[in-house]
Amino acid sequence: MTGDYLDDPLSIELGNLVATPPRDLAGALFGDWTRVDGPLGELYVAFTDLGVSYIRTVESVEDDDKQFEQRYHDLFQRPLRRTSAAPVGLQKALRGQGARDVPVDLRVLTPFERDVLTATREIPTGQTRPYAWVARAIGRPKAVRAVGTALGNNPVPLLIPCHRVTRSDGQLGQYVFGAELKERLLRAEDTNVDEVLTLAKSRFVYVGYDGVVCYPTCTRARNAKDPKGFRSVAAAEIAGYTPCDICTPAG
Amino acid sequence: MGMPDRSETDPALLAALVDDLDTGFAELVRAYQRVVYSVALRCGTGVTGADAEDLAAECFLRAYRALREYDRDRILALKPRAWLLTILLNTWRNALRGASRRPSVPMADLPERSAPGPGVAELVERGETRDELAALVAELPEHQRTAVVLRHVVGLPVAEIAAVLGVPEGTTRSHISRGLARLREHYAKEVAR
Repeated sequence: MTGDYLDDPLSIELGNLVATPPRDLAGALFGDWTRVDGPLGELYVAFTDLGVSYIRTVESVEDDDKQFEQRYHDLFQRPLRRTSAAPVGLQKALRGQGARDVPVDLRVLTPFERDVLTATREIPTGQTRPYAWVARAIGRPKAVRAVGTALGNNPVPLLIPCHRVTRSDGQLGQYVFGAELKERLLRAEDTNVDEVLTLAKSRFVYVGYDGVVCYPTCTRARNAKDPKGFRSVAAAEIAGYTPCDICTPAG
Repeated sequence: MGMPDRSETDPALLAALVDDLDTGFAELVRAYQRVVYSVALRCGTGVTGADAEDLAAECFLRAYRALREYDRDRILALKPRAWLLTILLNTWRNALRGASRRPSVPMADLPERSAPGPGVAELVERGETRDELAALVAELPEHQRTAVVLRHVVGLPVAEIAAVLGVPEGTTRSHISRGLARLREHYAKEVAR
């Protein structure tokens, strides 16, 4: 009545249509986590088959594996397993080399958040840019606050250097792992923090020299002798300075 | 039969899920990825290898997210294979619906019927009976195709198929029977050419 005989030749041939996935599906589902040395202490790092997806300092999860896993689960809603091998190039990137070449998995973010982090990734080591610069870089010049929020939610700090984005008034501003760590990271990268803060006291956030106006952390500005402080690019332009084509100062 | 016959329930696996979700989930994936992938590949018309992999992975991810919300008793009462295949078929139907709304998503250009690639006659000539049969299965109407694949490709009992399809067992038997009859008819026709 049903023609349902499993030893029938057609049925046997249908049984041969079973297929094994080309690769273990666990690889596409699970995040892997491990601990690695960062620039200022140990880090928890999670990654998927696409790239690094989550970085936390050991302090931020109270040196507790369970707390790290809990946060990962809440954010990603994916299973997680422990591994001993860090992604290729990550250790080097955290020591300051080739951070932009390490793949990241930002699928959990909105397109806006991804744009913010992609632009932030372009800020060179030893330099800073204000939130407004990032906002302009992604074509959303008015979304300065939203940029700040997106950076505060950066799931892969250090690898995407959100610590290099500072307030538009020259103060260093907040950081996902605290303002104090932000300053230590910038100093560890040999950013001229003291100079930036001294300028900020006079509300100077740009410097001009030799006909060019820059952010104070720009390599060009740092080589300048006796630069002149400015409070806006417009003021510098009126004084005859042209915006730097390396650090592209905005506002 | 192509699949080892796993029991409908799997108490050890379910206990592992309750004990530690992620460790248990790794076992769940290991135990069922072949059946889930096979059904994704053979039931989703026009789904090719890479799409079937995405579809199967999406199914497991949805299962994981559901498990996170389930309490102990609900997990222990699961029939994992039927449950996963129900999620898979829903995921596939959602993907098809999504594809017709938003033409640029993956699995977008799935033809409603008929598989892509070489035609059945050509496959017969090349002696590729496995691909030929797969192409014939892909041409079956959806209910018959799903029922035949679940029964004969991955070897589920009729009662379990009925549960997955949400139809009575009698209806399930009739889908299987009609699907097989159609396959035999076409198979004979192609071989006779």
